[in-house]
Amino acid sequence: MTDVPASVAAEVAQRRGGAARRWRLAAWLIGRSFASMLGLVLVAGIVGLALLGPWIVPYPEHVIGQVNLGDKLKPPSMANWFGTDEVGNDILTRIIVGARLSLLVGVGITFAAAAIGVPLGILAGTAGGRLRETIMRFTDLFLSVPGLVLAIALVAALGPGIGNAMIALILVWWPGYVRLSESKALAIREEPYIEAARVSGASRFRILWRHVLPNAISPLIVKMSMDIGQAILAVASLGFIGLGAKPPTPEWGAMISIARGYLPDYWWYAVFPGLFIYLSVLGFNLLGDGLRDILDPRSHRT
Amino acid sequence: MLTYILRRIGLAGLMLFGLVCLTFVIANIAPSDPAALAAGPDAGRSQIENLRREYGLDRPLHEQFVRYVTDLVQLEFGRSVATGRAVGTDLARYFPATLELCLVAMAIGLLFGVPLGIVSALHKDGPIDHVTRIFAVSGVALPPFWFGLLLQLAFAAWLGWLPTSGRLSVFTEPMEPITGLLLVDSLLAGNGSLFLEAASYIALPALVLSFPCLAQILRVNRSEMVEALRADYIVAARAHGVRQRRIVVVHALKNAMLPTLAIIGLRWGWMMSSTVLVETVFDWPGTGLYAVSSAIAGDFKPVMGVTLIVGLNFMIANLIVDLLYGVLDPRLRSA
Amino acid sequence: MTAPLLEIRDYRLAFDTFDGTLHVLDGIDMAVAPGETLGIVGETGCGKSVLARSILRLNPMPPARVVSGEIRFRGADVLALPPADIRRLRGAAVAMVFQDPATYLNPLLTVATQMEDAIRGQDAAKGGPVRRRAAARDVAAELLAAVGLPEPRRLLASYPHQLSGGMRQRVLIAMALVGDPSLLVADEPTTALDVTVQAQVLALIASLVRERGLTLILISHDLGVVSASCARVAVMYAGTVVEEAPTGPLLERPLHPYSQGLIAAVPDLDRPEVRPKGIPGSIPSLLDPPSGCRFHPRCERATERCMVEKPLLRELLPGRRVACHHATAGDSPQ
Repeated sequence: MTDVPASVAAEVAQRRGGAARRWRLAAWLIGRSFASMLGLVLVAGIVGLALLGPWIVPYPEHVIGQVNLGDKLKPPSMANWFGTDEVGNDILTRIIVGARLSLLVGVGITFAAAAIGVPLGILAGTAGGRLRETIMRFTDLFLSVPGLVLAIALVAALGPGIGNAMIALILVWWPGYVRLSESKALAIREEPYIEAARVSGASRFRILWRHVLPNAISPLIVKMSMDIGQAILAVASLGFIGLGAKPPTPEWGAMISIARGYLPDYWWYAVFPGLFIYLSVLGFNLLGDGLRDILDPRSHRT
Repeated sequence: MLTYILRRIGLAGLMLFGLVCLTFVIANIAPSDPAALAAGPDAGRSQIENLRREYGLDRPLHEQFVRYVTDLVQLEFGRSVATGRAVGTDLARYFPATLELCLVAMAIGLLFGVPLGIVSALHKDGPIDHVTRIFAVSGVALPPFWFGLLLQLAFAAWLGWLPTSGRLSVFTEPMEPITGLLLVDSLLAGNGSLFLEAASYIALPALVLSFPCLAQILRVNRSEMVEALRADYIVAARAHGVRQRRIVVVHALKNAMLPTLAIIGLRWGWMMSSTVLVETVFDWPGTGLYAVSSAIAGDFKPVMGVTLIVGLNFMIANLIVDLLYGVLDPRLRSA
Repeated sequence: MTAPLLEIRDYRLAFDTFDGTLHVLDGIDMAVAPGETLGIVGETGCGKSVLARSILRLNPMPPARVVSGEIRFRGADVLALPPADIRRLRGAAVAMVFQDPATYLNPLLTVATQMEDAIRGQDAAKGGPVRRRAAARDVAAELLAAVGLPEPRRLLASYPHQLSGGMRQRVLIAMALVGDPSLLVADEPTTALDVTVQAQVLALIASLVRERGLTLILISHDLGVVSASCARVAVMYAGTVVEEAPTGPLLERPLHPYSQGLIAAVPDLDRPEVRPKGIPGSIPSLLDPPSGCRFHPRCERATERCMVEKPLLRELLPGRRVACHHATAGDSPQ
């Protein structure tokens, strides 16, 4: 809106509001942006695969890892769209089944991190003083080591495996939520209407519930959408380097880890699982980006 | 300005101490017994007990911590089971390779990210802007290890233009390190062919590593440039007849570079952590590969050493960014 | 009357936004003779700043869009000039002073850099030799001294945040003088300043106009500011000029109902017993402006004609033009 002079912006702001109009705006923004639509479609696709996976796979018996050496490492064909792996399993089947694992792990890590980080952040932002200082310093500490390195250190301490990888990634992820919700709570604390609420005798809990949380929810949803994608990527990364899910678990990163040994001749084995990681992360990122446009009116750029 | 610098350095020092505490805590939540690990699988109970005493693992925690810190101060990180060398020695050998990789990647990110961001901002909502936007979003979503494998397939296996992996051909006589950065060392030694060879080996991993960084610098720089170009002071500069190129490259860009700089600091840390993946894909002999192979082997000391080095490096990068902020923003300088 | 320096004819400007098209300026007609001082008054949002920026084509397009009309400076249509010629106009022929000096100065560049860039940019636009930085700096120092700033050399080395509001506005005025312009457009030059500083800045502008023979367009929402500095006043309402008259007669005897309301809303310090009156209603939406006369929903004298037919500016008395169907030469205030 900064393109438009203050007078005009005021005019528009005056006309803002009204639920029907907000929905119209949201629909317009999503429809206008090809990128947001694409994100929505990709995320819907991944969620669909995760929900329906076991029922729609072409070779359900390949899920567990059946050894079928006669069919090993076949290139993509009508029977096996994405080819077969080193023990003769259909790669498409294993990718589809892997969607559920990836999505669950991505969503799980994000929600757990938010569940730890958000209350701490809001507490820090509203309490102030020494408590805030302690929480924030502690948070900074976790942020001082770049994510994946810290995760590897934690996995190295806890031992490899998908469960420990998740724990490690949750420990890496929560500080971001403290930062975000703390800054929101802090910003809102200074607003005149919070002052007014406090003066009129509203309890701290009520202020938190009624004012701070609703104001923090939009950026939170945006961050969580983006983080689900990044968490899927991180789990796949740990799987790839051999510290996450162990084969024959149908995890995309672990599949690529094995497939790497069969490059360059059996290229399809590595290419297709990676494509699915890419598309899911892309989907959640685009969706988050689109949601930001819708939920945060200040970021509108006409 | 001086107090600003001192404050920043003080904060960094505090963080460093915190980092040391963090690694100590992680080391102590490890369910595996370092003494048992060091003694090997065939060691008897008494042997392990001896090692425990030797490592001071039988002492109370606070004594262990003091010993841990004093060791670190003397750059004593312990011993790697796999290489049999002191972790400090290993780090000194591997870190320059990682640093070189990151520096080249960051240079690529800046060299392309900033100008592309400016061009997109100037052609906002035009075709160029749409292309760079798609490029930027995919850059952040692309799994580095997968992208690396794809590039290996395309440029090494199929086209044969570039080597697949490693830092130099196994047949090349490695030179005595001066700075440890091969590109710099080969130039210092006046060895052009070695420089070209090193460049051909670093090209793919650096490209993979730079890609998300480039994408994010581009995006941030674009949106900040769009914002800056709309600012009142730009309207005034135009009204006063300042040349368009000067407005874009100095008046607007200087303002846009402040947030871009913050991203560069964050991205540096992100890059350091991505080296873990990229070095694994390209067999790049750096700290990332060292950490991964040690972690898989359950060899704990090297992983902690890498964590400390990477954390320290990230801290220094942020300190540099903070100081650059001070140089760029006069309001900070006089505050 | 001699050939006007600036002439605006039937100028319409719209902004395209998500909510629709905002008809920000709707048929502006205006002429300024060389050496004249014209004030433009109106409430916030009436389009006066947008109009001022139009003279140097500073409105971002899009979203802004010229619907019709022309803006002629010394006979040449500004709206049709190629970019190179527009650049020659900026600063050198027409200069602007802006509202809030804190946001109109670049926070990261020294005063010297910003002034030198303006001087050298104008040199380049003229196509002649570009002065070296040191030479440009000397000129900048002279200009700072000319606007009454002490220690110009020291000032040049400082950053905007190190200066007070009044000093910043003087710096901006000095920058406006760089190209020795003939027309100075001052857009709310005192609004962001303290009252005492306001008077100083207005005095400075007045003396510059006198000494340099500048033509002045002063934009303000404050009738007092305009009447103190300008010989003639144009009153704007919702993107149109509703009345144009010499300052004295306008204040004494406004002819347009809106001008009458505007003047009645100013408290009279000599007669405190007379309570200032507001104008009923509020500024109309520019998305869907009222038909006919844009003021009719708030006007006591509105008739059916006002809702249908847009009143044009017509000369009721010598030098006095009003856009109202009902105004007559005999109208008196209140």
